[in-house]
Amino acid sequence: MIELRRSFLKGSASAALLAPFLGCGLLMPTRVLAAEWNRNAFTARNVNDALKNFGSANASETRDIVITAPEIAENGAKVEVEILSNIPNTRSLAIFADKNPMPMCSNIEFSGPALPYVKAQLKMAETTRVRAVARTADGKSHVAFREIKVTLGGCGG
Amino acid sequence: MAEQIKIRAQPQGDVTDIRVLMQHPMETGQRKDDKGQTFPMHFIQTFTVSLNGKPLIDGQLNTSISKNPLFTFKARGIKAGDKLSVAWVDNMGERRQDEITV
Repeated sequence: MIELRRSFLKGSASAALLAPFLGCGLLMPTRVLAAEWNRNAFTARNVNDALKNFGSANASETRDIVITAPEIAENGAKVEVEILSNIPNTRSLAIFADKNPMPMCSNIEFSGPALPYVKAQLKMAETTRVRAVARTADGKSHVAFREIKVTLGGCGG
Repeated sequence: MAEQIKIRAQPQGDVTDIRVLMQHPMETGQRKDDKGQTFPMHFIQTFTVSLNGKPLIDGQLNTSISKNPLFTFKARGIKAGDKLSVAWVDNMGERRQDEITV
């Protein structure tokens, strides 16, 4: 009887010891995707709210963000936009299409040897101004604009 | 099961172009079928590009990214033999991860 109790105690002790490691293991899969989806910014219905919720409401306008995009996009379902930031220490680039139902399109964060550059394909509801917001290591936001004409919207259909 | 992520690395001198194609419907939640039924929202919310296990790109997307999103990124100093991996998670909790050796 006593023997049994001994082994039972030993068993529970090792389980308690293992518990924290198990915790780590369970946390691992969610750690793979570190950046969290900014619900308030992404679901905002107008560009001012989106910028405010993203924390870039008072971004200063700059010529150091280069937006390359077609002047006229025939198909709003696939508009290729290329953004390059020449601002030192750019940590992230976000794209907004002012007149889309949800203006915030994406936010891309750069680390390690990645350059502050992204080429993406957007859906655009109608002719609108597209803005690129670059955020630097010191937390400041910078913005550049570009008008894209859309002949066929890419949201409904 | 989600389809494979296509990853291509193309060196342009010191800088490498990384092209990532994530095959996904990216439904906006606004499209309707013939009977007027709305297709539910279904889109990639977050993705990461890692180089040899270290994060390179962290992306958050909205429904306004095109179907089967294609992205190009640039990074310096990627060598042959390096491992590039991409992982995404969508709003319905589906996920996919793929890796290539440069």
